Formats: sequence, structure tokens, C-alpha cells
Amino acid sequence: MFSRLRHHIAIFFAVIGPGFITAVVDNDAGGIFTYSQAVARWGYLPLWTLLPITILLIVTQEMCSRMGAVTGKGLSDLIREEYGLRPTFLMMAALVAANLTNVMANFAGIAGSLEIFGVSRYISIPLAAAGVWMLVVKGTYERIEKVFLFACAVYICYIASGILVKPDWGEALIYSVRPVLLIDPAYITLLIGMVGTSVAPWMQFYLQAAVVEKGITAKEYKESRVEVVVGCIVMSVIAFFIIVACAGAIWTQQPRDITSPVDAALGLRPFGQYASLLFCIGLFNASVFAACIQPLSTAYTVCEGLGFESGVNRKFKEAPIFYWLFTFLIVVGAGVILLPSFPLVKMILVSQVINGILLPFVLIFMILIVNKKRVMKEWINSGWYNTVAWASVILMVGLTLALVAFSVQGLMS
Amino acid sequence: MAELLYLTELLGLPVFDSRRRQIGKIRDAALVPVIDAARVDRYLMGGDKAWLLFRYDQVRQISLDGIFLADEQLLPYHADEYMLRLERDLLDQQIIDSQGHKVVRVTDVTFDLRESEGRNELHVVDIDIGMRSIFRRVCQGWVPRRWVRHLQNPIPPHSIDWALTDILEPDPQRRVRLNITYRHLEEMHPADLADIVEELSPEDREAIFETIDSEVAAEALTEVDPDVQASILESLDTDKAAEILEEMSPADAADALGELEAAHSAAIVEEMSAEPQTEVRELLHFDDDTAGGLMNTEYLELPDNALVEDALAALRDSHESYDHIQAAFLVDTAQRLKGVVPLSRLLNTEPSTPMISLAEVEHITTRPETPDSHVAELFDKYNLLMLPVVYDNGSLAGVITADDVISVLRNH
Repeated sequence: MFSRLRHHIAIFFAVIGPGFITAVVDNDAGGIFTYSQAVARWGYLPLWTLLPITILLIVTQEMCSRMGAVTGKGLSDLIREEYGLRPTFLMMAALVAANLTNVMANFAGIAGSLEIFGVSRYISIPLAAAGVWMLVVKGTYERIEKVFLFACAVYICYIASGILVKPDWGEALIYSVRPVLLIDPAYITLLIGMVGTSVAPWMQFYLQAAVVEKGITAKEYKESRVEVVVGCIVMSVIAFFIIVACAGAIWTQQPRDITSPVDAALGLRPFGQYASLLFCIGLFNASVFAACIQPLSTAYTVCEGLGFESGVNRKFKEAPIFYWLFTFLIVVGAGVILLPSFPLVKMILVSQVINGILLPFVLIFMILIVNKKRVMKEWINSGWYNTVAWASVILMVGLTLALVAFSVQGLMS
Repeated sequence: MAELLYLTELLGLPVFDSRRRQIGKIRDAALVPVIDAARVDRYLMGGDKAWLLFRYDQVRQISLDGIFLADEQLLPYHADEYMLRLERDLLDQQIIDSQGHKVVRVTDVTFDLRESEGRNELHVVDIDIGMRSIFRRVCQGWVPRRWVRHLQNPIPPHSIDWALTDILEPDPQRRVRLNITYRHLEEMHPADLADIVEELSPEDREAIFETIDSEVAAEALTEVDPDVQASILESLDTDKAAEILEEMSPADAADALGELEAAHSAAIVEEMSAEPQTEVRELLHFDDDTAGGLMNTEYLELPDNALVEDALAALRDSHESYDHIQAAFLVDTAQRLKGVVPLSRLLNTEPSTPMISLAEVEHITTRPETPDSHVAELFDKYNLLMLPVVYDNGSLAGVITADDVISVLRNH
């Protein structure tokens, strides 16, 4: 009986794996903040960006998973093999910096969401950090993946809280497909923010590594592509409900600026305790999930690219740099949240700058490598797809650089 | 102490002719493994327009200041299938550390600068990995070569002996030209080899399994993860896959084949020679998680009227290895299991004793369709070392041994 249940879970995993997890984690504390900020002010208007976001995400994620399946190597491996150590080293340094700030944002999400439940951050943060650390250091790859799958399921909370808020569904659906552009710098900044943060450097590295780790080969690639596409769609469905919940609750009451994802959760209060609590649980789950995956994926990517031993199936002694880097990211990422006057909003802006500077390099290396016949054989981009891919990359690079400019401006003021 | 030079230092080093005029910079260096496995044989130089090449015996002196030629007759650089180019083929690529049983990425190469017949030669001694070589690579070109040497001193070196490494090369023709044999891998414990294989990309796995001896390949393949097993078997030609599977025990071969798509596995089975083919075909019928899927079909089977001396003779003449078998199985003319004799009982018995008189009074058996969890329970309950599997009509199908059960327990 038990073994049958296991069997079903195993099949489930074979279908939803790397692409799904990567896309879902994209809705982390930072993502939720960006969405809720956009809609608290502008209501349903920015909903239409979800469609282009989904397409951009699918195009970039698809190329990564294809590279992983065909070459059996991680993205940092391929960049190293094709472009040498120095670019790889610089990218890895930027990745550590960018992800450190991502981790901070997510620990801030953990602290904030639990404070609504009355748990002091001086209790929640050390416990969460220790929990995340133990899960990875003491766990095996299979066990960790199971925990991640469970975390994916908890995202249903957002759907539930979106429904509880009883938003105007008609309006939500109309604005999902009707692009609205306002000539207002604040509006445009938020739109760029939404699209610009939807594709992050760490995702490309994580996805490709997970595809390789799962042993997906070129032969199984068709199924894997479906999984990537479904993952990206699920990600936008969740994002849709987050936006609808915030728009229905905060914007319909009184449009205003919010300063943290917890603000968004509080904004749901008038619609019943459950809507707000579910939103909080969702936020907590997303933050913990991302706080696990981002340090893990950073440690993996850096060790792979620089040729150190890595992998959760190895012992601490066998892969010291891997574990030290992972530990460093968690300890520092969680530690700064406990500092009383830590400038978190500034850190998030810095994070956007570093992510934004790194992303063009990652995307351009990706598209160059995916078009190398020697590496990808018959799996290089086909003609029309390559046009779409280049267009996506150029659009993404442009938006990201614009975002960098806004963030630098924000840092200066 | 011998003088050292690193590949990162060599690259970009100026080349001077016999009148000390600079004529170019080093772009790459190549070994010709069929001639010498470690000596740098060719130096590739970026000239004005095209790449040029000179041989090791044209060099007079090599130092951090440059390479000074004795004979500046340069050749245009072209076909290079027989050359292992260090910058292109080795730097930043993966190689196998056959001593540490690991796959590592080459960050730098250490040369030994030797004096021979009045000229300087470079010999590859170590492959550098780790922090020190990363530091050197990152600094090189921005910081003068001599400074880098000083600055790197506090970082402990991490290197692998060049003689103990194996290069990965997916192209079979190039493997021959570069004299790549993977003999280190053949000497490794199959479980270590399996660990290495699991870390490699599919095409590198294929390269190794195509090249190494089928018997070693079979042992390693048995140890590899089922998913990886399947991807390796799929990548190989069916006849090579069949050759490797023939060397495996029929039970392991059937397990590996069970992971493949039906059509592909049938194509491989078709290529196998007659005897293992029938056994594997029979075993393929059983589900992985039943007694039939666990059992082995290699065991010592004797007629029920055999004497001890017959059993001893059978053991002596057998080609099979009975490493895991602790008993002889007595069957009647219809293959029905009549008795089980632990091999230890043969040691202090007269050769003329009938085997059946030594058989255990009662033997536990199971059916092929019994679930594996129940098999494990039987082993536990009766303290078994092995368990015969019989069909409904009582005829012997195979034997499960304790090590098969250990893998069941680990997977649950």
C-alpha cells in the first residue's frame, strides 16, 4: 500500500520536476512585493504584462533545459568550457552577490509573514535559517526534492486567498488581455519592474543544473519541454491570483503605495481573516522555498563553474567549498535581517542592480552557446525560433538595463 | 629543484628568433601523445596573419621572458588530429583523476622545464585544479607574470599527476590518434568507475563504454544508477550494448534492459548470443519488484541422485563464478526442486555420499510473483542467506541471495 503510494509520487515527480520548481520559485518574496506594489497603486491595469512575461520565461527556460538535456552539463560548465575561466569567475562573483541580496529579501519575507502570526523575528529567523541549512546539509537530493514539491503545492494558498477576496473577475479577465499604457513615469517604472524581475540569472543556472541532475537526456526532451512550459504557465496563474487578490482588496478600497509584501497581506484583512492569513502562509512558504533554493543553486553553480566538488549527496568534508558557500549565504542572508537598522529596501534595489547587470551576460552567453553546432548538434535553435529567442533576449536586456537605471536612481535619492 | 612553468604563463609569451627579434606570441602548445605522452612537441604561434608552428627541437631557451629559438624556420599550422592542444582541448575541460576517482576541471597545467641536449623542453607534470590555479588564471594578463608567482604563494597548490589522468574525447577516431586508452579506468574498482561515469555527460559516458573492455564495462554498468544505465545502453550501438550485457549476470542484464523502451531493449536482446539471450528473455517477464525480478539464474544445479564427488567436480569444472552462491540445488528430471545442500556440508563428507542425504530437511521457497517486500520478510524471519524461487509446478526458476535483498531494503 505504502509502496504503491510511493510509486505514484515517483511518477508525479517524473512529470513535474526542474522546470516547475524553477518557475514557481520565481514568485518569491521579491516577486510578490513587485506585483503587490504594482497593483496596490494601479489595480488591474498591469495584469496584461503576465502574458508577455510568460512567453519570455518560456523562451529563456526552454533554452536552458534544452542545453542541460543535450549536453548533460550545467550552464556555468558550458560558459567555462566555451569562454574560459575569467568571464566565468566574474559572473560567479556577481551571482554570489546578487543571490546574497535575494536571500536577504526572502529571509525578510519569512520574518515579516511570521510577525503577523505574532512570532518575533529573533525566533523565526534563526529557526528558519537552521531548518533550511539542516534540510540541505543533512538531506539527500531525493528527500529535498520531495520537500520542494510540497512547497510548490502550498502556493494554492494564493489561489484561495484570491478567491476569498471576491475580486471583480470580469475586470480582471479583460485587463489580462488588454494592454494599457499610461504616460506616467511611475506606471512605466512598475511595468518594467514586473517584467524585468521575472527572469533572474539564478533561475537559468538552477534550471539547467536540475535538468542535468535529474538525468533528462535529449531523448526525453520533448516531455521535459512540456514540463517547462506548464511550469511557466502555473507560475503566471499564481501571479495572476496574487495580483487579483491585492487589486481586489487594496486597490478597490483605496489605491496607495505599499512598502513590503507584508503590507499587502495586511491589506487583505478587511476581507476576512482567512484571506489575509492564507496570503501570509503563501508568502512564508514562498520565502522559505526560495531561501532554500537560491543559496543551494548558487553554491552548486559556483562550484561547478570553478571546478570544486559539489552536490548535496556528498559529505561536508568531500565538498567543503560547496557547503561553506551555502552556509555563508544563509548565515549572512538571515543575519542581516536581525540587525535593527538594516536598510533592506536599499538592499533590494542593490540586488536589482546586480541581477540586472548580470542577466544580459547570462542571456547572451546562453543564446550564443545554444546556437553552437559543436555543442548542441542538431538541437540548436531553429531559424524562426532563434529570431524569437534573440528578440526576447534583446527585450529582456533592454528592460533590465532600464530597471538598473531606475534602481540606481532610487539608491541615489 | 626543477624549474616550473604554467600553461597560463606560456600563453602569450613572446617568441624571439636567433637574433632576439620578437616574431610573435605563443597561442597554444600541443602534445603528440603517440610520440611522447608528456613532452610539449609543437608550439603554436600567432604571427602576422596566420598561425604558425615550430617544433620542440627548434627551441633554445624558455623563460618567463620569452621563448628563444635556435632555428626559426616556421611551418604553417594546419591539420592537427594527432595533436592534443593544451589550451583548446585541455584547459577548462573535464578530465578524470584516476587516483582520486573523480572528474575534475582543468584550471591550469604545470610544466617541468628541462634541459636536454642544450635546449629547453617543457614536460607536462601536473594538472592544476583548485584556488591557487584559479587565482593565477584570473590575474594573468593584468598583473606581471613574476608578481603573480609571488602573490599565489600563500595559497596551497592542488594538483593531479598528469600520468594518472584520463582525457575525455567523444570522437572515436580522435581517441585512437591521441592514443587515449582509458587503461586507468579498467584497473579501477567497478563501483568507483560507476561513480565517475555518473558525473559525466552522456557523450563522455558513451566514449568510455565504447572504449573500455566489455567485462569491466559490465561490472561498472551493474553498479551505475538505473536511470544512467538506461541512458548509457541507449547511446551505445546495439551490438556493443549486447556484448556488455552478455558479461553481466542475466538478472542484472534483465534489470538494466527493463529500464529501456521495449523496442530498444528487444533490439539489444536480439543481438545477444543464444544462452544469455534465453535467460534474459525469461527474466524480462518478471516485474522489478517481485521475487522473479530479484532472482539470479546463475546457480549450481545437480540431479537429485548426484553424489558429493559429482558436486565437487561440477564446482571445479564450472566456468561461472559462484561468489554469491552458498548452496547446491538438487532437481529431478522434471526440474522440480528436491533439496538444497549448503556447500559447507561438502567439506567433511565422503565423496561417495549421495547429495540428497545432506539436504536440509525442510527448505523455504517462494514464487516468482511474490512481492519483494515479502521476500525481505522471509529472509528476516528464517535468517536466510539465499532463497530458491520455484514455479507453480515446483520447478526451479532462480535463486535470491542476501545481497539482492539488501538493495530492496535500501530502496524502501
